[in-house]
Amino acid sequence: MNWDWSAVWDFMPRFGDGVLTTLKVLALGSLISFSLGLVWALAFRAPTRFVRWPVNLITEFIRTTPLLVQLFFLFFVLPEWGVKFSALTTGILAIGLHYSTYTAQVYRAGIDAVPKGQWEAATALSLPAHRTWLAVILPQAVRRIAPALGNYVISMLKDTPLLAGISVLEMLQQSRLAGASTFQYTEPLTVVGVAFILIAYPASLFVRALERRLVR
Amino acid sequence: MTAGLWQHWVLPGIWITVQLTLYSAALAAVVAFGVGMARTHRSRAVRFFAAAYTEIFRGTSALVLMFWLFFVLPPLAGWQLVPMWAAVLALGLSYGAYGAEIVRGALNAVAPAQREAGIALSLTPWQRMRLVLLPQAVPEMIPPFCNLLVELLKGTALVSLLGVGDVSFAAYLVRLATQDSAGIYTVTLVIYFVLAFGLTRGMKALERRTKANLGVSVK
Repeated sequence: MNWDWSAVWDFMPRFGDGVLTTLKVLALGSLISFSLGLVWALAFRAPTRFVRWPVNLITEFIRTTPLLVQLFFLFFVLPEWGVKFSALTTGILAIGLHYSTYTAQVYRAGIDAVPKGQWEAATALSLPAHRTWLAVILPQAVRRIAPALGNYVISMLKDTPLLAGISVLEMLQQSRLAGASTFQYTEPLTVVGVAFILIAYPASLFVRALERRLVR
Repeated sequence: MTAGLWQHWVLPGIWITVQLTLYSAALAAVVAFGVGMARTHRSRAVRFFAAAYTEIFRGTSALVLMFWLFFVLPPLAGWQLVPMWAAVLALGLSYGAYGAEIVRGALNAVAPAQREAGIALSLTPWQRMRLVLLPQAVPEMIPPFCNLLVELLKGTALVSLLGVGDVSFAAYLVRLATQDSAGIYTVTLVIYFVLAFGLTRGMKALERRTKANLGVSVK
């Protein structure tokens, strides 16, 4: 079988839509995972173990089980509980929730790496808790964790094709539809595979550069 | 859930998931050591190709790779892979690329004096790798390999999209049969959690043993 350029051009409009959906999932998924991850990380440091213990178990459970199964869980179970979301929204929630358990570990490491003297200084100045966090601890932690968060955004990008499993029209699903209508899977699938490398490689170079600048 | 569903779909599904994990982990280990050692090779060309391999296979999504091997390779190559082997190949090749970075990192972390001592004893490069560098690097690799193995176990769920009857696919069938989504998917997630727990325990024991050989104790 030969490579057919016209099949590549025919795929382009669908591919464009797929890229947009993939990027949308990535942007909103990152937003959820960054904010929810911070919530988990703060809960890890809660004063009572009745908070710490369940939060550790829940995040550990989400982290060690497959995103695909979680995706199906949310997609099929939420409607049974009377919560109706579109496939796209469900997918974004699943990715955000799954990766929040990874970003939580990143935040935890970043917060732990802030020197103890900074906490003591905040206490000595009798800063209230929210000022201690917002003005002293987090600004110093964020610097260290930005590259690690960047790496998880790249991982998230590579997990967006799973959303094809619940028929979200991201890149992979678009190529499957194109293949199903023309019987030519070769060109659309190859275009999508190459597109991932073309997005992920420069992104990883960027994260490495960030790492050199921020982490010393 | 009735006993019949459990016996006919879920139990065989767990077995397929375990087999997939073992086969792809074996392939990934071969790739990881091959490519990882190639990245420390003297020749620039070898290093370049090894680096290109890691960037390409880490850059693309494992699921896209799996679909590519399953749908694109047959017409190009003229032969078809059984879905199970397309899956093992895709998982092994992509997780192997992540493993290669671990191998390279651990080899680079061995004290330079060890390498120099090997040269001073006029060991060949291969003897140096086998007798001096690897025995010291391998125990360092085990904790990151453990994380990677859990990722690989999670990755095996992707094969259900190719119709391979692993435990995720069994969950899908059971859901169709019983309409009880919450029950079967909760059970499935717990199964993965238990499998991952077993893996981490096993790797911890392995780490303790290999480090004991070097005279280091693990807490």
